[in-house]
Amino acid sequence: MSVESREARQPWILLSPALSAVALLLFVPLGFILVYSFWLRTATGADQAGFYLDNWAEALSDPFYRDILLNTLKIAAITTLVCALMGYPAAYFIARSRGNKAILLLLLMLPFWISYIIRTMSWINILGVSGAVNWVLTSLGIVAEPIQMLYNETTVILGLVHFLLPFMVLNVFVSLDGIDTTLEDAANSLGATRWQAFLQVTLPLSLPGLAAGGLLCFVLGAGTYITPLVLGGPTDAMFANLVFEAIITQLNWPLGSALSLMLLAVLGALVLLYNRYLGMAQLMKGLG
Amino acid sequence: MSSVFLRDIVKRFGSFTAVHKTSLEIPEGQFVTLLGPSGCGKTTTFRMIAGLLDPTEGDIEINGKRVNDVPIHKRNLGIVFQNYALFPHKTVAENVAFGLKYRDVAKDDAARRVAEALALVQLPDVGARYPKQLSGGQQQRIALARAIVIEPDVLLLDEPLSALDANLREDMRVELKRIQDRIGVTTVFVTHDQSEALAMSDQIVVMSEGRVEQVGPPEVVYNTPASEFVANFLGASNILPARCTGRANGHVALEADIFGQVAVPAEKAPLVTGEGPAKLVLRAEKLLLARAETPANGAIAVDATVETVDYQGQAVRYFVRAGDTQLQAINMIDERPFPEGTAVSLRLRPRDCTALPA
Repeated sequence: MSVESREARQPWILLSPALSAVALLLFVPLGFILVYSFWLRTATGADQAGFYLDNWAEALSDPFYRDILLNTLKIAAITTLVCALMGYPAAYFIARSRGNKAILLLLLMLPFWISYIIRTMSWINILGVSGAVNWVLTSLGIVAEPIQMLYNETTVILGLVHFLLPFMVLNVFVSLDGIDTTLEDAANSLGATRWQAFLQVTLPLSLPGLAAGGLLCFVLGAGTYITPLVLGGPTDAMFANLVFEAIITQLNWPLGSALSLMLLAVLGALVLLYNRYLGMAQLMKGLG
Repeated sequence: MSSVFLRDIVKRFGSFTAVHKTSLEIPEGQFVTLLGPSGCGKTTTFRMIAGLLDPTEGDIEINGKRVNDVPIHKRNLGIVFQNYALFPHKTVAENVAFGLKYRDVAKDDAARRVAEALALVQLPDVGARYPKQLSGGQQQRIALARAIVIEPDVLLLDEPLSALDANLREDMRVELKRIQDRIGVTTVFVTHDQSEALAMSDQIVVMSEGRVEQVGPPEVVYNTPASEFVANFLGASNILPARCTGRANGHVALEADIFGQVAVPAEKAPLVTGEGPAKLVLRAEKLLLARAETPANGAIAVDATVETVDYQGQAVRYFVRAGDTQLQAINMIDERPFPEGTAVSLRLRPRDCTALPA
C-alpha cells in the first residue's frame, strides 16, 4: 500500500468508532422515527404500518401546533437574550481576571454536578407557596397570604436561563479569552475611551462566541420539556411537551414522531443558517 | 512634537521594585532608545510613559505638563506594540483611520491623511485588505502608519522589530529611522538588541535591574562605557583588574597584570579619580591577533595562545590565553583564522582602552 493511500485512509480508521456510534445511536433511531411518522394510529390503539400522511397533515395544519411552536420559539428567543445579557458580563469578568480563571470556570461548571431536574425543582423551594421567598415575605408581614409566583411563562424562562446560562458564559469566555488584550491598549492609545475600545474592538471580535452561545441556548431551550413541565402552568406547554405527551402519555408514536421531526426541521434550519453565516468552527471552539 | 521628562519615578509591584528612582529627559525630536536585557525595567518605564502603568512615585511630564493623571486615550501618543496589535476585523485603512475618529477630523481629510500615512510606509495600495492578508513586515508598517497618522506628541515603539526575521529587521531598521527623521517626532524605542539601539538612536539609555546605567549618544556609550555592565552588554569586552598609578599629559596611567603600563586617554577614564585599584576595559574588536614574529609598530604586544576559535564568516571570535588570563578577541578574517593552539601576539593600542573605577 502506498504512503498516500495509507494516509488517506487513516482519518477514516480513526473516525470509525465515533462514526459507528453516531450512526447506530442517532441516524438509525432517526430513521425509525421517520418511518413511524408515516404509520397510523388506529382507534384500537394499535399502530398500523404503511404510508399515511395523516400525522403530517394534522401536525402541519392544526393551528394549535403552530401556535405552540411559535410560543416555543418566542420563549427560547427571550431565554437566549436574557442569557446573553447576563452571561456576557460574567464571561468578560472571567476572561479578564488574572490567575483565578480556573477556579471561576470550575464554579461555573459546578451546577452541572447536580441533576438538571433537581436544579429545576429547586425553584419550587424558592418561589413556591411554601418556598423561601414567600416565607420571608409572610414572616416580615409584607404580604398576608403567600403569593403564587410559580407556574407561568416567566418561571419557565427563569428555569431555562438557570439551565442554559453556563453554556452562554463558556462560549463567550472562549471567544473573549482568545482576544489579545493589547488590542484594547492600542485602541486606548489611539484615543478611544475604555468603553469605546470595548464597542469598537472587543465586542465585535467576541460576536462569534456570542452567536455560538446564542445558538446553543436557543436550540437547547427550544427542545426542552422538563422546565415547562416542572415550572410552567397548564398553558405554558412548549413544543417538546407535545411530543412527550403524544408518545409517553397517549402512546401515539406516529403523531409524536411527526411532531418531533417538525421541531427537528425548524431547529435544524436555524443551525444551517448559523453555519451559513458564522460557520460551525466557532461552535466547536466553544464546546471544546 | 514634545519632550518627555521623567522626574524621580519609581515603580514597585508589591515588594518588587521594577524601576528604582530614575530621572530621564527625552529631548524634543530625538530618537531615544531604552536598551537592556529582559527584566531591566525598560518595558515598565515604557508602559509608564504610555499610560499603561501608573508610577508608584514621581512625575511624568510630556511637553512640560504632568501627565500622571491623564488617561492613555488623552495623552496623544502613537504606540507601536511588539505584536503590532492591528485590529483583525478592520481593514488596513480602517485600522489606520481608527485614531482619527476620536480627533474631529473631517471624513475626506481623514481619507487623505490615511493615504499619506500609507504612502509614507510605502504600502499605498493595501488599504482595502485585512491585516491577516499582509506579511509580518507589512503589518509592522501598518502599525507604524496607524501610530503616526494621529500626529502624536511622542512615538513609542515597543520592540517593534523583534518579531521580524533577521534580514527584514535590518531593512525595517533603516526604514523606521528614515520615517522618524522625516516626521521628526520625539521617539522612545524599547529594545534588547544592541545593534538596533546603536544604529537608530540619538541617545541610548542603558538599563539594568531597574536602574539607568548610562545615557549617551551611541558612540559614547559604545566607546566609553560607564560601567562594567554597559561594557559587557554593548559588544564584548575584556575587563581586567588594574591599578591607577597616576595622570600625566591627558593620560591616565594604568598598570594591568599582563599588559604592563597602559596610558589610557583621560577622556576615556572619566570616572577614575585617584590612584589605586581600577579596571581596564578592552573591547574584543580592538584586541588584534598577529603572527608572533610581526613587529609591534608601537602597539602593546603580549604573547598568547589561541584556545578556541568561533568562526562567524566575515569575522572570527577567538578565546586566547595570555598567562593565567583568558581574553576574547573579535577580528576580521584575513584569508583564514588562526587555528587552535597557535602561538600569537596580542596587539593593543592604549587609545582604544577605557578605564573604570574598581
